[in-house]
Amino acid sequence: MSPETKDKRLLTRDQMARRAAAELADGWLVNIGIGMPTLVLPHVPADRDVIFHSENGIVGLGPAPADPADYDPDLMTAGKKPASLIPGAAIVHHADSFAIVRGGRLDAAVLGAFQVAENGDLANWKLLGAKGGSVGGAMDIAVGAKQVLIMMTHVTKDGEPKVVKALSYPVTARNSVTKIFTDMAVIAVTADGLVLDELAPGITADEVQAATEPNLRLNDSLKEITV
Amino acid sequence: MKNKRVSSPAEAVAGITDGATVMIAGFGRSGLPEGLTDAICEKGVKGLTVISNNSGTARTGVARMLLEGCVEKIICSFPRASESGVFKDLFDAGKIELELVPQGILAERIRAGGAGLAGFLTLTGVGTELAEGKRTMEVNGAEYLLEMGLRADVALLKAHQVDGRGNLTYRKAARNFNPIMATAAETVIVQAYEEVAVGALDAEHVVTPGIYVDRYCIFHQESQAEI
Repeated sequence: MSPETKDKRLLTRDQMARRAAAELADGWLVNIGIGMPTLVLPHVPADRDVIFHSENGIVGLGPAPADPADYDPDLMTAGKKPASLIPGAAIVHHADSFAIVRGGRLDAAVLGAFQVAENGDLANWKLLGAKGGSVGGAMDIAVGAKQVLIMMTHVTKDGEPKVVKALSYPVTARNSVTKIFTDMAVIAVTADGLVLDELAPGITADEVQAATEPNLRLNDSLKEITV
Repeated sequence: MKNKRVSSPAEAVAGITDGATVMIAGFGRSGLPEGLTDAICEKGVKGLTVISNNSGTARTGVARMLLEGCVEKIICSFPRASESGVFKDLFDAGKIELELVPQGILAERIRAGGAGLAGFLTLTGVGTELAEGKRTMEVNGAEYLLEMGLRADVALLKAHQVDGRGNLTYRKAARNFNPIMATAAETVIVQAYEEVAVGALDAEHVVTPGIYVDRYCIFHQESQAEI
């Protein structure tokens, strides 16, 4: 979709990040993936103490320094972008970093995705038909985090639904996603299927359903996303 | 006390032979001993199996080793990346073998190898294409994959401080794979930023005990500001 035809009602990446950040509770340890999820960090409400984990061994990841002169090559996000440490941060080696991940210490992970299936199956590591691929920490994190929160556009650039009945992309982890935050809606993955919890301002439930492959149930208290 | 200090990266890597299996620490350029990887390129070693999280940044580190034909196979979690096209070109041309391993499993396989464990059971990767060919075991009703420990002939590390016994500290998130690779290779070679007197490092702050380290050189890598 070219910029001039883009639907103005769709949430911006920053608005999606703000909504995802609102999901993170006080006291949580949260892993953030690469790309869009890194936008979440500055949007955590100031009254909440959320500690961010980065797979490269940082417990207490802070934002990139405001001045590029302060960039430290030994402090980076999982996406190898500049980062900082919060006061009281800790550094662990890689095996311990993933012991945190698989050992049940992550209250949540915020990840990107190519596709999410209605049973919570996640595809976010490899494009269809790609050779080799790069898996990184995606499989460990999707299996280990108590809540797997997905940030993604609702449809592909070609308008295809990314919330699907069954994955066509290579699987990252089965039954792992708990909630999906898109530019149209917030959708919860439940044992009884997908539930439409929230809508972007001006977007209707019918429009979300039309852009989603599986059936959505409407939450009894369907809300508008606060932007 | 045995003298473990050698004068240069070239002297440090002198014993590495064609066909060796070499662990190379680092996450991106952070914690990656480029003095040692460059020395391997200049020595012209061939047929290496490299165990490393990434495949190099631009044309540096592991990417330079790939470009100069030192590497036959790479065991890696994130070989295809925006920061370097070197691996992709070789892989697409069928000129390098890849064993793709989830990042946390790569770290744990190295930890297991270093701890005298043949392998371990994990949920990571279950139901994905990376489970193909792996043995599975059911424990308490859940299916686990059997992952095998990894060892190498040589580990190449980057440390911040070293003392005459080979005790190591690391700088911030440059720690990453260094402490675990130190435990899992027959010969452990270190590029350190500075040497301090024996006794100057607080025993509580030593991350890698010198018993693991065979030799070290002091080498100041070029600025890595362009991460």
